Amino acid sequence: MNAGPGGAGRRAARRLAPAAPAALAVAGALGLTTVVMVLAGIDPARAYPALVNGALGDGNLEYTVGAFVPTLGMALAFAIPLRAGEFNLGGDGQMALGGITAAALTLAAPLPAVAGVALPLTAAALAGALAAGISAPLHTRLGIPAIVTTLLISTPAVSLASYLVRFPLAERGTGIAETPVLPDAAHLPSIGDSGYVTIGLPLVLFLTAAWLYLDGRTVIGYETRATGLNREFARYGGVRVDRLALTALAGGGACAGLVGGLIVLGPPYRFVDGALTAPGYTFTAIAAVLLATGRPPAVPFTAALMTILQVGGEGMERDAGVPGQLTQIVQGLVIVIVAVMATVRHLRVRRSRPGGRGRDGVAPQAREAGA
Amino acid sequence: MNVLDPAFAASVLTATAPVVLAALGGLICSVSGVFNMALEGTLLWGAFVAVVASHLTGSAWWGVAAAVVAGVLYSAVLSVLTVTLRADAVVVAVGLNLLALGLTAFLMREILGVGGTYTSPDLRGLPTLAAALGRVPLLGPVLGPQSPLVPVAFALVVAAAWWLRRTRSGLRLRGAGQHPEAAASLGLRVAAYRHGAVMAAGALCGLAGAQLALGNVTLFSEGMSAGRGWVAVVAVMLGGVRPYRVAAACLLFGVAEALGFRLQGAGLPQQLADAAPYLITLVALVLAASAGRRRRAGGGVVIARKDRGGR
Repeated sequence: MNAGPGGAGRRAARRLAPAAPAALAVAGALGLTTVVMVLAGIDPARAYPALVNGALGDGNLEYTVGAFVPTLGMALAFAIPLRAGEFNLGGDGQMALGGITAAALTLAAPLPAVAGVALPLTAAALAGALAAGISAPLHTRLGIPAIVTTLLISTPAVSLASYLVRFPLAERGTGIAETPVLPDAAHLPSIGDSGYVTIGLPLVLFLTAAWLYLDGRTVIGYETRATGLNREFARYGGVRVDRLALTALAGGGACAGLVGGLIVLGPPYRFVDGALTAPGYTFTAIAAVLLATGRPPAVPFTAALMTILQVGGEGMERDAGVPGQLTQIVQGLVIVIVAVMATVRHLRVRRSRPGGRGRDGVAPQAREAGA
Repeated sequence: MNVLDPAFAASVLTATAPVVLAALGGLICSVSGVFNMALEGTLLWGAFVAVVASHLTGSAWWGVAAAVVAGVLYSAVLSVLTVTLRADAVVVAVGLNLLALGLTAFLMREILGVGGTYTSPDLRGLPTLAAALGRVPLLGPVLGPQSPLVPVAFALVVAAAWWLRRTRSGLRLRGAGQHPEAAASLGLRVAAYRHGAVMAAGALCGLAGAQLALGNVTLFSEGMSAGRGWVAVVAVMLGGVRPYRVAAACLLFGVAEALGFRLQGAGLPQQLADAAPYLITLVALVLAASAGRRRRAGGGVVIARKDRGGR
């Protein structure tokens, strides 16, 4: 789609240009967060070094890479449906269902080495796909937006997983809501010494690469983007938009379910109640995807940046006593600022192109996708 | 277990009140042509400010007043960004909801000095109507345990219905939503009405938050809005622009929550009781939407008015 005329210089400029507003959004969000910090009587000169050290310092880097895996996976869970114009806010529920499915399957039927990992992960992805896929017909047939149904399904799904881990699947006699440790054959092989980084990393990177290829180079990717840009026009052009919405939502849900499975099959090799949703991967990932402003190749980088902020926030709480919830403030601000900058740019485009289309209800992120 | 006893009716009203207040805010926005998905965050923010103000002043009514002001200010951000700057309302709302979650959890640790849940014997909750109504038969047991904000919430439903139908400003608000260009050509300041609607929703969400944190309970806990703002969004979808229908949808949620609470008392695990209101809300939404699909003409679910622009 970007194979327009223009020299290599212009193309390079266009490649780099998107990074500028993203950097501006992060800078703006950090600036406003600093104001909040100062108002709360926290010394930023003490907090920010603790943040950087918490994410990238000695011994913390592997943990950050470990947290990058679920964040990138959840970024796919949000980004894939978004390309088709569907908002998936139910990542928490899809992830929890995936995780509990993987745990239940492994505990019920222990399998030998490779199948012991592959089968629960597949089941986890299926569970997530199912949870998200329901929202597609609800939108395309009944007209209820996915943003509402994914969220409404998510809360009971998290509750259901929580119930299962507390009662039928609980480890007796510990008092902690967790399953027993999964059998050895179901442990994800780790990379490096720390155990934080598992083969989940290459798996999620591969999925990201596959998505980037599908999105940018194939018919289904083109049709997805067309649907996200203008559903009616895509339908008129012969795209089966209903089926596409289902594919996109189920695909996103599968990624979320897979993330749940990866977390459960990684250390500490059990489903601990709340361990999947508490770190806030879903919304960290949403902030990352929106920060990428409809440019899929940027998603891994924005996901990395948001992971650093998230993990650094935990470090800040540990080392400087600054509440880690500060990172949620940064994420919220990033999303708001990105939305504002998208319209400012959109208005500028409209002004420079007389007769440009007005507002049509399509999210600017989705709209920009094909620009 | 007797479902029809006054205590059950009382707990239904308690559970419904915050949702109906937030949903009225969403309704007013919807009438004016703005789809407000930031109800959840605004409600949570209102609950937090109510508790902090009550904690600082020792008066629950100052808590309510502060929550209303804070709700208006918080939604003013939404209003400026989406009505004036025309930023995407959904994305801004997602950001504001997340921001409220982070801000309240952060400020809670900084101002109240605890994480998780804050409660204290010194924290003043709203008074109940027991003293005024305790002896009245029928009304006493149902409204007695409620804060004064609960009857206010239901009175506001009636007021909103009357206002939208019978008053000049109500008509103009509907005009701003139904046909902005036509309204603007008649000299109506569409944007001003939309700003007003979003900020009124902020005030109502502030009230909802105050009722939740100082009426239903007397505490603040992280994320205590727990999806009520989203249920309010769904109620607006179910009820369209008709206040009584929206209130009925909220009542459905209230019944589900009160029932879940009861079943929990009867031994149902808390996790399953928590899930019930959302599942019932979802099922109601699906049923109403399929009914609306069958008889296309009128009724059914109003999702969002297509924004035709116009300022």
